[in-house]
Amino acid sequence: MRFLKLKILTMQKHLFLGVEAIGQGAIDGGMSGVYAYPGTPSTEITEFIQDNPIAEERNIHRKWSANEKTALESALGMSYAGKRAMSCMKHVGLNVAADIFVNAAVTGVNGGLIVTVADDPSMHSSQNEQDSRFYGKFAMIPILEPSSQQEAYDMARDGFALSELTKVPVMLRITTRLAHSRAGVECREILPENDLVMPSDPRQFILLPAIARRRYKGLLESQALFQKLSEESVYNRYEEGTDYSLGIVACGIAYNYLMEHFPGGSCPYPVVKVSQYPIPENYIKRLDKECDELLVLEEGAPMVEEMLKGFFSKGTPIKGRLDGTLPRDGELNPDLVAKALGKEMFTGFDIPEVVANRPPALCMGCGHQDAYEAMNEALADYSRGRVFSDIGCYTLGALPPYETISSCVDMGASITMAKGAADAGLVPAVAMIGDSTFAHSGITGLLDAVNENSSITIVISDNESISMTGGQDSSAYGRIESICIGVGVDPAHIHTITPLKKNHDEMVRLFREEFAYNGVSVIIPRRECIQRASSRKRNKK
Amino acid sequence: MKADIILAGVGGQGILSIATALGEAALADGLLIKQAETHGMSQRGGAVYSHMRISDKPISSDLIPGGTADLILSVEPMESLRYLPYLSETGYLVTNTTPFINIPNYPEAEKVMAEIRKFPRYIAIDADAIAKEVGSTRASNMVMLGAASPFIDIEFSKIEEGIRRIFARKGEEVVNMNLEALRRGRQFAEENR
Repeated sequence: MRFLKLKILTMQKHLFLGVEAIGQGAIDGGMSGVYAYPGTPSTEITEFIQDNPIAEERNIHRKWSANEKTALESALGMSYAGKRAMSCMKHVGLNVAADIFVNAAVTGVNGGLIVTVADDPSMHSSQNEQDSRFYGKFAMIPILEPSSQQEAYDMARDGFALSELTKVPVMLRITTRLAHSRAGVECREILPENDLVMPSDPRQFILLPAIARRRYKGLLESQALFQKLSEESVYNRYEEGTDYSLGIVACGIAYNYLMEHFPGGSCPYPVVKVSQYPIPENYIKRLDKECDELLVLEEGAPMVEEMLKGFFSKGTPIKGRLDGTLPRDGELNPDLVAKALGKEMFTGFDIPEVVANRPPALCMGCGHQDAYEAMNEALADYSRGRVFSDIGCYTLGALPPYETISSCVDMGASITMAKGAADAGLVPAVAMIGDSTFAHSGITGLLDAVNENSSITIVISDNESISMTGGQDSSAYGRIESICIGVGVDPAHIHTITPLKKNHDEMVRLFREEFAYNGVSVIIPRRECIQRASSRKRNKK
Repeated sequence: MKADIILAGVGGQGILSIATALGEAALADGLLIKQAETHGMSQRGGAVYSHMRISDKPISSDLIPGGTADLILSVEPMESLRYLPYLSETGYLVTNTTPFINIPNYPEAEKVMAEIRKFPRYIAIDADAIAKEVGSTRASNMVMLGAASPFIDIEFSKIEEGIRRIFARKGEEVVNMNLEALRRGRQFAEENR
């Protein structure tokens, strides 16, 4: 027993969140740069690297990028120069980076490139629950999906070599649960960084049609290699069973939810554990041959389930999210998996009726509150539904007591949706956007509005930080007015004010004036995020 | 040994400090841990929870299955009730009695307490008051950990050790205050279980 305890202790050298395990794995894998824009649940990968002494010693690139597209492009540039790079984002961030993501599969890589994407099934902090594995499949590149923090570490560390072997970017896909759950992780030695080496084919990255066609054929030819690597991967395996009435395919973290019900490896059904894609055909075909029915457990959308339904002509029944065995949407958990296995469980005690919902809210003293109070007063003379908003803390302005905003769709959409509504005749239309969302995707929309002199008022509620994700540096810090002037907004219609109670009347007056103006105006209520201010003060002590 | 614990509270109340102290203690005891946290949007004053699993055998799921938790440890009374579907038939409910009211429809405090008292195995402790007595309301989470400690199969000295380690860089005074908070919480639970 003593020996066992000792062994566990040495194995648990680091108690890492999944995201931290990835950060450590990337450093240990010889990465020279991480490029990212914050987004839950991916943010802490980059933060971990930013705070890491080895990253500092090696001068690993670790500053935030303006958005996911610029991040992944920079990472591809580092790969072009022969070094290992990682780009991190949340699932919807990959939409922003989709252009470069899909084309990087065609250019391929020089130095190893990992695209880490953190999905958020059940939408804990997101607008949707899209499954990034579809993007990986669409781009036809290998996908790694860890089932544990240890695998997350190993995949981040060894994923660069996989990328260099396959000559394409590799996707590392995690979900919220793994991202934000801690477990023991054993680390290995840190690898040296790559030297600066130019691509052996000088035209590899020039996607002119003639070259792109050749490269795309190469990508298609590589699929056989990717399949072989999946079939031989240490992350995929076939686990023997004793009861062949059911065969189970368990992807990523779903494998844990399955094993929770069979402690000590007592699962009677054969199981194919999938943590590397393309899905390993050898194991799946064997499972289909041996079992009467299949059950697919996967976090996110029924991607594998849909593929399997198309795989077999003999029609093995397949259970999963499509036939109602599991819910079509939302995160998996051990209870849902137990139900799918037909296990009876004690379901706990009911929540008493007295328990009220406690939704998130703007912090007491937050500047967005003052902005909304003034805006509501200034809008009282108009019909409702004129404020288009965006992604950030201020999205909470949709809830009582403010209920000011009527939209929150994607990064930057406040400005362009307000413009479209104004084009349709909804004048005035108002955009409410934060400083970092403006930097991320608001500037190009502002240019559209300026070019057509649209009758919109853009409120850039500037708290000098990316607050919803924990107070990271905003890339537009100190530059918002100059950006607006540079894009062409008339300086006479750019106003800055401190959102405080004492300035309420002045703010209302400003809003009223600019709502009535027939053209593009920008109002910047500016006061540092109170969370960031207090953590800054704490760190000073 | 197995302890499946739901930690509950409101974003900003620092429930993760309890998880950190307990995690340190479990590690010192040579145990395995998995602990799922809430990050992101709900941290802004919303309901937050953490699933903390400690065991001497490998742990599969990061989430505790419903109806199997050994303990709900809540730093806020209404939040303690939100996670009852996770509690096992023999599980304990340990909660702070000081409400955190940041919503307009917060129920009457007495109604919340009545629901807690309906439960056969509960500890309701005014952690804020005890923390104040030992020096600072900031120690209230350690009072709560102390109150839960009789129901967690980890040597008490290991929990003390964990607290010493996480507060070490803040100086001897802070360490001692938190240790006192822990002991006072434990004492209350033992007298009232």
